[in-house]
Amino acid sequence: GEKLVLSELLQPIRPKSALGRVRKELNRVKQKKAVELPLSKEEAQRVVREAAYVGTSKEVGRWQEVVLQHRRAEQMVFPLQQDIPTVVPLEQTASAWKARTPLEQEIFGLLHQTQQPTTDPLLTPQEVASLQAMSLEEARRRRAELQRARALQSYYEAKARREKRIKSKKYHRVLKRSRRRQALKEFELLQKSDPEAALARLEELEQLRMQERMSLKHQNKGKWARSRAIVAKYDLEARKAMQEQLAKNKELTQKVHVELPQEEPGDPPGEDLTPVTVPTVPSGAGTANPWMLGQPSHPAEGQEGLGEAMVPGADEAEAVSELAGDSLVPPVPAKELTSAGVEQSSRAQEQILLSGQLSRVQTVEDMEALASEERVEEQEQQEKRVEEEPGEQQEKPGGRPAKKPPAKRKMISLEAVMSGKLQELQCPVLPVVVEEEEGGIDQRGVITEAFAGDDVVADFQREKLKAEQAGKPQPLNLVLPGWGEWGGTGLKPSAKKVKRFLLKPPPAPPRKDRHLPNVILSEKRNIHAAAHQVSELPFPFERHQHFEQSICTPLGTTWNTQRAFQKLTAPRVITRAGHIIQPISAEDV
Amino acid sequence: VPRNYDPILHPFEVPREYTRALNATKLERVFAKPFLGSLDGHRDGVNCMAKHPKSLSTVLSGACDGEVKIWNLTKRQCIRTIQAHEGFVRGMCTRFCGTSFFTVGDDKTVKQWKMQSPEYGEEEEPIHTILGKTVYTGIDHHWKEAVFATCGHQVDIWDEQRTSPMCSLTWGFDSISSVKFNPIETYLLGSCASDRNIVLYDMRKSTPLKKVILNMRTNTLCWNPMEAFVFTAANEDYNLYTFDMRFLDSPMMVHMDHVSAVLDVDYSPTGKEFVSASFDKSVRIFPVDKGHSREVYHTKRMQHVITVKWTSDSKYILCGSDEMNIRLWKANASEKLGVLAPREKAAMNYNQKLKEKFQYHPKIRRIAQHRHLPKSIFCQIKEQRIMREARRRKELNRRKHSKPGSVPFVSERKKHIVAVVK
Repeated sequence: GEKLVLSELLQPIRPKSALGRVRKELNRVKQKKAVELPLSKEEAQRVVREAAYVGTSKEVGRWQEVVLQHRRAEQMVFPLQQDIPTVVPLEQTASAWKARTPLEQEIFGLLHQTQQPTTDPLLTPQEVASLQAMSLEEARRRRAELQRARALQSYYEAKARREKRIKSKKYHRVLKRSRRRQALKEFELLQKSDPEAALARLEELEQLRMQERMSLKHQNKGKWARSRAIVAKYDLEARKAMQEQLAKNKELTQKVHVELPQEEPGDPPGEDLTPVTVPTVPSGAGTANPWMLGQPSHPAEGQEGLGEAMVPGADEAEAVSELAGDSLVPPVPAKELTSAGVEQSSRAQEQILLSGQLSRVQTVEDMEALASEERVEEQEQQEKRVEEEPGEQQEKPGGRPAKKPPAKRKMISLEAVMSGKLQELQCPVLPVVVEEEEGGIDQRGVITEAFAGDDVVADFQREKLKAEQAGKPQPLNLVLPGWGEWGGTGLKPSAKKVKRFLLKPPPAPPRKDRHLPNVILSEKRNIHAAAHQVSELPFPFERHQHFEQSICTPLGTTWNTQRAFQKLTAPRVITRAGHIIQPISAEDV
Repeated sequence: VPRNYDPILHPFEVPREYTRALNATKLERVFAKPFLGSLDGHRDGVNCMAKHPKSLSTVLSGACDGEVKIWNLTKRQCIRTIQAHEGFVRGMCTRFCGTSFFTVGDDKTVKQWKMQSPEYGEEEEPIHTILGKTVYTGIDHHWKEAVFATCGHQVDIWDEQRTSPMCSLTWGFDSISSVKFNPIETYLLGSCASDRNIVLYDMRKSTPLKKVILNMRTNTLCWNPMEAFVFTAANEDYNLYTFDMRFLDSPMMVHMDHVSAVLDVDYSPTGKEFVSASFDKSVRIFPVDKGHSREVYHTKRMQHVITVKWTSDSKYILCGSDEMNIRLWKANASEKLGVLAPREKAAMNYNQKLKEKFQYHPKIRRIAQHRHLPKSIFCQIKEQRIMREARRRKELNRRKHSKPGSVPFVSERKKHIVAVVK
């Protein structure tokens, strides 16, 4: 139909003035453009969806870097967040406790005044303050020191705990005896250093001695001793046991002999004192009495004491022999040495540290004997040198004192060997075959005769040449006689034709054995090996060289160090047993 | 021990390591015994499964007769049975805190149950029941908030305290078979509908985002727990498609190896592999970046596998089939379980590295990829290869005998996408 126009509708309204306002409004509206149709539901939804999709894609795209990193990573450890549970110290959990009673409050007040720790924390406030004052490095060092000290303390504590639990009687007896001896030694030393303290110590020792005298423990008066006494007549063991007890008593009741230098000059040396002194090396022994340099044996030792004394005795003997060794110089027979300088230098040579011998030394006496032996030997050689020095350069083979025992092992000295005359030995150039046959069959001669005509080298070269020729690609002969020229028996095709139809192949790659005249390397393809080899370049690789390199690098422990092996064979994914692997979240990155 | 690493003293590195790699590959096949056990007890086919978020040894399963069973994997026993629905249990999901779980069934209800067993004398009662008007076919719970989503007629997003959905998202008039929340960007949802499309939704903006239409229907989808924008869809055309959410026009990868419809897919928690369950009676493990499977598990007794799950410590695979059994498998068939001594571990790592280094050599590849297959699957594979070859030949011939440019080259990835709808 016809289009409806607004002005036509407004016509009846015109004369009436009450609707004037309405008319004006309608005129105004007429001038404005029409509003667009609202989108249909689908269109609106589509717009919303697109916008939402773009926004969401962007948000999700934040993970792109993380994902790429994870994909390229050499190793991934799951679960991603590994929290190590820390133990909260008890002080923190129990900090809610407060002092209630007046006594507690007083005490805590005192503690707080002096800044003492109330809850026994790991570090007192003073320690905390001092730590903060230090620099980081110092703090670290201090902490390390404290750690070490604590560790050492823990070791000592553990050791003490272990020792406390030992119940063996023998051990305790031995321990007690050694302690007693130690105390006496210390006392002696203390005497020299601090007389007053020594006096106090002396009193203590006197106390101990008094205690032993007062008690009737080791006097063989008890029940056990009486029972053993009955059997002692017949039993050696019982007798020995009783004697041990008495000896013990004697030892414990010994008086400590005090030598005070200034005071008590006229003191009688003592009634029946058996001086117990630290064994010292008597001075002035010199070279005249070399056996005096050894350790004098203890007068008060019982039978059982020998066992223990062996060990310290042996130690001392070794120490002494070492001393002797260090102070002496290996002997130099000055047979052919002309200059004194050479002699002096030879004297200053290295010292013998170990002397190997075939016989074992097991007892103290053997040790001493050994030490004295060596000393005597060295001294005699010293004497010898001393005698020879002022110009005598004659060797003295037999110049040994008669004192020396016959069965002596002499040390081999380097100089003696080196400066000795060389003995001429008959050495044949070729190994001489012992001829046992009388006919004189010369085997070598026979062999040389048999293979006289065999030139091995030339043969080999010929063989190599043949192999090379066989390996060369053959030219393709397509020559057909008769086409464009005469052909027949006895007629050869023309040179032009031959040049045209004899197809030469491209030159073969150089042989691998061209630089090795004594080797033939077969270039033939080995089918059995080819079954194991890769025929085409696998997908991830782009160059043959890369692939070959990746195959050539060995992975095992035979070719790599331990650390390198671990790094090479590190697994790509590591998971922890029994742990749930949560999906990744923003906190993990 | 002081050693001399001079290579002259240790010659023949490549042949020696090659032999070790060969031996390692053979031994891997010798020790490949992935089947651990089966959980027996359901009286009808297993339809759906759910993992407990806090406990590795608990798994829930719902059967086609409405029964829900909770299993202890260490003892391989059922610890609780609930008659949850009349009809199928169509879907189930656990709450992120692990204290309750939800089930939906053919009786148009959504029920919430406590994870803890009821006390002595108490009856099995759901905490909460929601009666709906239509059948719900799937349910999934939000990973962080007290929100869950059901699908059936449309995708509904519910608040746990309410009996009517917070919002309903629709796009089209078809039924939706499954819905899944994104574990990383937790406001995103993906759903699969019966008119062959996959739709993505945004919960905050209460709007669908995009739709991609494939050749055939998608049965389920699963989001990658390590990569926020990646999800994999299990399709009826025997393939799985891995998509990047931002570029839906072409999938990142097409995974082809099944010979029948793929029914379920689940990702490993490391995000590098996923497992798929198929109507051909097998379970396959695929790496995310490869188009073919690295492992196939099958048993004579296992029939059509309906549902599959990968446990949260990435070590085991659970599959439920329609012959009422749930089977437990190892994810790495030749892995030694338990605590290993350091030398054992070092030897294992070395062997693994050697196998990787020499994987392209023919003998090693042949041994490493050899798997025994049941006759049905083997014959089907051959048949499908012939069919594919035939199609390819036809295309080549068409291209050869027609005007150049008239038969375009379509990449394999784009072949399976029909359209992307904004």
